[in-house]
Amino acid sequence: MTVAVSPPQSGKKAVAEGPPPRRSRRSRRVRVLSRRDKVVLVLMLGIPLMLDVAFIWVPALTSVLFSFTRWNGIGSLHPFTACPPPPAPSILRNGCYTGLDNYHQAVTIYPQFWPAVEHNVIWLVVFIVIATPLGMLFAVIIDRGIRGSRIYQSVLFLPVMLSLALIGIVWEFMYSQNYGLVNSVLGRTSGPGAIDWLGNPHINLWAVLVAATWRQAGYVMVLYLAGLKAVEASLREAAAIDGASDWQTFWRVVFPVLRPINAIILVVTVIESLRAFDLVYIINKGSNGLELLSVLVTNNIVGEISRIGFGSALGVVLLVISLVPICFFLYQNFRREEAS
Amino acid sequence: MFTVEGPDLGHGASPPSRLESHMAQHFGPLSTVRPGRRTFLKGLAGAAALAVSPELLAACGGGSSSTSGSKGTGSISFGSNYSDASTKAAFAALVKNATADTHVDVSVNTVDHNTFQDNITAYLKGTPDSLCTWFAGYRMQYFAAQGQLAQLDDVWDTIGANFNDATKALSKGLDGHYYFVPIYNYPWVVFYNKSTFNKNGYTEPKTWDDFVALAKKMKGDGLIPIAFADKDLWPGLGTFDILNLRINGYDFHMQLMQGKADYSDPKVTDVFDKWAEILPYCQSGANGRIWQDAAKALETKQAGMMFQGTNQVAANYQPANLPDLDFFVYPEINPTYGQDYMDAPADGFIMPAKGKNGDSAKKVLEYIGTGPAEQAFLKNDKWDVGLATNIDQSNYDAIQKKSAQVIAACKNVAQFGDRDSDPAMAAALEALIQKFIENPSASNIKSIQSSASKQAKSIFG
Repeated sequence: MTVAVSPPQSGKKAVAEGPPPRRSRRSRRVRVLSRRDKVVLVLMLGIPLMLDVAFIWVPALTSVLFSFTRWNGIGSLHPFTACPPPPAPSILRNGCYTGLDNYHQAVTIYPQFWPAVEHNVIWLVVFIVIATPLGMLFAVIIDRGIRGSRIYQSVLFLPVMLSLALIGIVWEFMYSQNYGLVNSVLGRTSGPGAIDWLGNPHINLWAVLVAATWRQAGYVMVLYLAGLKAVEASLREAAAIDGASDWQTFWRVVFPVLRPINAIILVVTVIESLRAFDLVYIINKGSNGLELLSVLVTNNIVGEISRIGFGSALGVVLLVISLVPICFFLYQNFRREEAS
Repeated sequence: MFTVEGPDLGHGASPPSRLESHMAQHFGPLSTVRPGRRTFLKGLAGAAALAVSPELLAACGGGSSSTSGSKGTGSISFGSNYSDASTKAAFAALVKNATADTHVDVSVNTVDHNTFQDNITAYLKGTPDSLCTWFAGYRMQYFAAQGQLAQLDDVWDTIGANFNDATKALSKGLDGHYYFVPIYNYPWVVFYNKSTFNKNGYTEPKTWDDFVALAKKMKGDGLIPIAFADKDLWPGLGTFDILNLRINGYDFHMQLMQGKADYSDPKVTDVFDKWAEILPYCQSGANGRIWQDAAKALETKQAGMMFQGTNQVAANYQPANLPDLDFFVYPEINPTYGQDYMDAPADGFIMPAKGKNGDSAKKVLEYIGTGPAEQAFLKNDKWDVGLATNIDQSNYDAIQKKSAQVIAACKNVAQFGDRDSDPAMAAALEALIQKFIENPSASNIKSIQSSASKQAKSIFG
């Protein structure tokens, strides 16, 4: 987004630095942009635009196109020829247009679809309601400069530096039913009392969310810490002089000043919940209670399953869901820019 | 190390340690996780990456390839998914002998097992090697039917005498032509420790009733009767396969696998009903356990039995414990079919239609399809058995000797749930089996069958 915005600014700059206006309005506009300006302009606008089109628009629109087809990735693709009706052998019903069939199948007979939507929503809610406030709490406590705050800071930040795939592996060891740390501590490694943390579909999502929160809270903490450091000490002093308690100082003075950080954290949270993938993919490829939309897309497209059309339809659903917070954020951002 | 992922992947290694097993389980899939992790349209990344992949865009233009394969002699490249150290060594020995025999220079191009499988479509359509490793069954026929594999009828004219009819059948495509040359297979059977059976006076059950009675007795003796794990999703298919083969026979099983029979058929209900009968004797919490942990329960004698492939259980045992390991064929349920069938997946080689120097490649395949070639491979592999009828079995250990016997005693062998069926359907069934393990009630069985039936129609229809 910043990339897209900056070239026009440099363009304006070029206008300002151009030769002084002497001629009529019309020809002046032609002359101010020297040959060099034009080259710079084309390069600065053109390259990002090209990358944007090649890596975002083309794949996104191709996915939308694929989502109306039935295609296994082999054989030719005729996205505008209708598939023969069902009694035709499946090999003939390939690479052809099926209309909204993929979407219809996803919402009606694909058993993983609705659980995936539900889990994505739960993921988002847990991040907003638990992970973010927890991170904020860590940040506030550490910011008060308690003894050993640097150690706490490092410890809490450590998970953020690990890849989610690695976090999945680490927690899988901890949750292992018969040999894991958690059950060993609880003394429930065998027999009917053993807790099947990752295999029981009623608890595995929550077990995974603990691992995800473990990392997300650290991430949020770092963002808030940076924000808190930027809050002017004089504000707090003024609040203290006015007799505000710590609680009041935070909620009435500091928190409002952190508004830009809050916006960023909200966006990060939404994005992290929608792109949640690595953890569950590592644990069981997103099955049995850990279905997420992103994993379903991958499972259908990558590998031998190769239901390109169906997987693309799921991808489009995820795209549409992602567009809601993205549009909201952009709208807010542009409105603020216009106001300032 | 990567061989522990799937039923086809297990031809591994000196038994991997637990850590190795875990790592193997994970680092395979990782390679597919990488693209586009940073983009926030994360979910779209898979689709997007595909959309811009040149092979696929090229595919939009259409065009079919010849299935006769390329001509030409000279050196060839061999794509291998035998990425595990010991199978890599076994494969290297095979290739070395092939070069000595045929004077064809072979360069081996080893790719991590899971990556190879995940990329197979793009690989065959792009610039594949002259030969590559693959699996028998529908998984091979699927690509053959779409012109991606070269016909090997002329190779089989030479090597046909070395194999029995069952092996010939599993090497053929749906069109009746040959597309595959096998190297080994292995049986899915019920494992147990001889010491446990001797100590408690158990005997190998021949019928379903004996089997259930034995499981009950083991439970009474404080053992886990049947070690069981299904976190990896595929192991459950093995139990589904064998029950269906025992109850409904080979023909119905294959029809079901290929979308020609209906999952809502009462015959399928019988399969789940029988499974529900033994589920209380299976290790609980199977959906959260990797099969290596189940095998460990058997090895440490906490469990009495375990139904899985030799390629996994025997390969996972510590060498010191191997002499104690024995197995029996899954008991008879329906007298019509007795113990006539089992899953015995075969691994082997295919020749991509787009590979280079096909004449040399065929010479190498003609060598591979012989007893001595299989022996060269099995020198380092003690859990699989060769398929050539003229193989010298003197180097086999007890498990291998018995494996060869029980496979030979079958009237027909299936490949495995995920090799005999469309991959999308296999994945759908795997997910439903986890639901069944979670809740084996009659009403849930009904809804599972109905969902499987609907999904099969959308996948095969």
